[in-house]
Amino acid sequence: MEAVKKDKKDRVLSVRDLNITFKTAYGIVKAIRGVRLDLFKGETIAIVGESGSGKSVTVKTILGILDSNGIIDEGSIIFNYTDENGQKQSADLVAMSQKDIRSKFCGKRIAMVFQDPMTSLDPTMMIGKQIMQPMVYHLKLSKKEAKQRAIELLEEVGIDQPEKRFRQYPHELSGGMRQRVVIAIALSCNPEILICDEPTTALDVTIQAKILELIKSLQKKNNISVIYITHDLGVVAKVADYVAVMYAGRIVEKGNINEIFYDPRHPYTWGLLSSMPDTDTRSKRLFTIPGSPPNLLEKVKGDAFAVRNPFALNIDFREEPPMYDVGGQHRVASWLCDARAPKVEMPADLKERIEKMKQEAIAYE
Amino acid sequence: MSENRQPLLHVENLKQYFRVSKTFTTKAVDGISFDIYEGETFGLVGESGSGKSTTGRSIIRLYDPTDGKIVFDGIDISGKLSKEAEKHLRTNMQMIFQDPMACLNPRKKVKEIIAQGLQIHHKYETKEELNDKVNRILDKVGLSAEQATRFPHQFSGGQRQRIGIARALVMNPKLVIADECISALDVSIQAQVVNLMRDIQDELGTTYLFIAHDLSMVKYISDRIGVMHLGHIVETGTTDEIFQNPIHPYTRALLSAIPHPNPVVEKARIALSYDKEKEGVDYVSATQHRITDTHYVLATEEDLKKWYKKK
Repeated sequence: MEAVKKDKKDRVLSVRDLNITFKTAYGIVKAIRGVRLDLFKGETIAIVGESGSGKSVTVKTILGILDSNGIIDEGSIIFNYTDENGQKQSADLVAMSQKDIRSKFCGKRIAMVFQDPMTSLDPTMMIGKQIMQPMVYHLKLSKKEAKQRAIELLEEVGIDQPEKRFRQYPHELSGGMRQRVVIAIALSCNPEILICDEPTTALDVTIQAKILELIKSLQKKNNISVIYITHDLGVVAKVADYVAVMYAGRIVEKGNINEIFYDPRHPYTWGLLSSMPDTDTRSKRLFTIPGSPPNLLEKVKGDAFAVRNPFALNIDFREEPPMYDVGGQHRVASWLCDARAPKVEMPADLKERIEKMKQEAIAYE
Repeated sequence: MSENRQPLLHVENLKQYFRVSKTFTTKAVDGISFDIYEGETFGLVGESGSGKSTTGRSIIRLYDPTDGKIVFDGIDISGKLSKEAEKHLRTNMQMIFQDPMACLNPRKKVKEIIAQGLQIHHKYETKEELNDKVNRILDKVGLSAEQATRFPHQFSGGQRQRIGIARALVMNPKLVIADECISALDVSIQAQVVNLMRDIQDELGTTYLFIAHDLSMVKYISDRIGVMHLGHIVETGTTDEIFQNPIHPYTRALLSAIPHPNPVVEKARIALSYDKEKEGVDYVSATQHRITDTHYVLATEEDLKKWYKKK
């Protein structure tokens, strides 16, 4: 369990106090409320949360593809990169226009793999052409060079007979193959950041494992930083170095992978970990977090999770908890971590499970 | 224990072919047999394209099976359906679909959607009785009667799936075919839906055919599991047998692909892979081999010996 060495110089992306609202027909929705996140070179972070917690909105902002009714109220997203001449540059993505982000970064330095490979590929275009497109547009390669590179990429992502596949259309490929093509497109311009939005949700388990292993090996080879968005903690355990748990537009707990899985502090993280089906024990019922996420149309008073939280304190209903530093890289937004709070233990079932996980981990090492 | 029970659903050598062109026919389901007993949950797992959904759809006769025999509740429902057999099938077997938005009529209110089956089959005497039945089933799936006058788009994904379940259960069916009914939902919502389906089974004794590719959830809900690959059932057994003592390499590959929520273990682990061609496994000439009374594996003699050795 060695900690990843972090140097200030290696920071690729830093999100500070990001606040985003959406104007809708029903009123103003506060989708993101003060997100702060860092991404370092070669590191993988996973953003975990239920649907509607704001994880997709966060990364859409980074890519400059936020929906037109979304407004960034506050905050900055600093992106540090090396330009063509080898000079270190940095840019604030919030201050830039969406058009600028798209022509300069989107697809070139920051690439994204979407959930459903069928809808993210053009059904009327040969897959080879689709891989060539970003290279011709961003890197100004000639068609011949781009084709050469596209065939190399197809081979790199594990597609056999790349020359033949180059001329095929998306519908001729299986779901797993399609997702490999999408990954090849994302990697075509040697991006610094790869964002994977639920890359394996549309695929089944055997293919999921292969795709995750592929992304991992390509990441290592090209030294890319990866952001995963997912609600599957099994996937998180496999790929992530650092985890951010989001709830109702806020990061409620973040830390490196071992801190989150072996020493979770926030009641919401407890709930998430408990509701994960465990293949080893067979209990009668699965744990579920009671209630449903809050409606962000209404102003959240206190801790947004308080109403669903069996461990909620009085203050949880009145005031929003600050981020507490609980050691290492571990930060928790819960009043339970305050020095004045009563000592609350995590649920016994979860504790038992984590103990077992630790034992397994020791046995494995 | 299950031998003396009469199976509720008996499937024998079911084949479902789709003719794509003059020279090419897709053998989606290629001669599968299994039994489902009353009150149990049979899980059907496999990767996409293995024919598990086709199996479900052939059984409920959304497709016309190419060959094979299906006996449901003592009545033959394969081949041409007689009027009585069709009525029996349509009222006693129901289906829950994968995408809850796509399978609910967006222009109908929830109440109308749920009542539709009862109306078609004249399963009520008075309007009050109909309303009463709908309200009772809504209550059972955890929705309020007040929500019944809303439209499907006004609900969240998990709630929509509850409506789908309510629609299936209002007919008081003997068998419910749940086709990937939790795949499109968040993990925490999946748990809620699985718990709900279990509660209903405890209360009403409903039998489920649970089709899914997520083995960790299938483990929670199933009593017995059938593993499908390329139109064949390669292994059947009780949940414990499949998880503790998998024989077929495909089953083993499927099991190893389940991610463990344990970072240290998961990072070091590499999932087994299975390639039918590479391993030289032949499904057509293979036969079902008995391991225990409930555990069967599709294999040829040599293959079976080879797999045992590998273990």
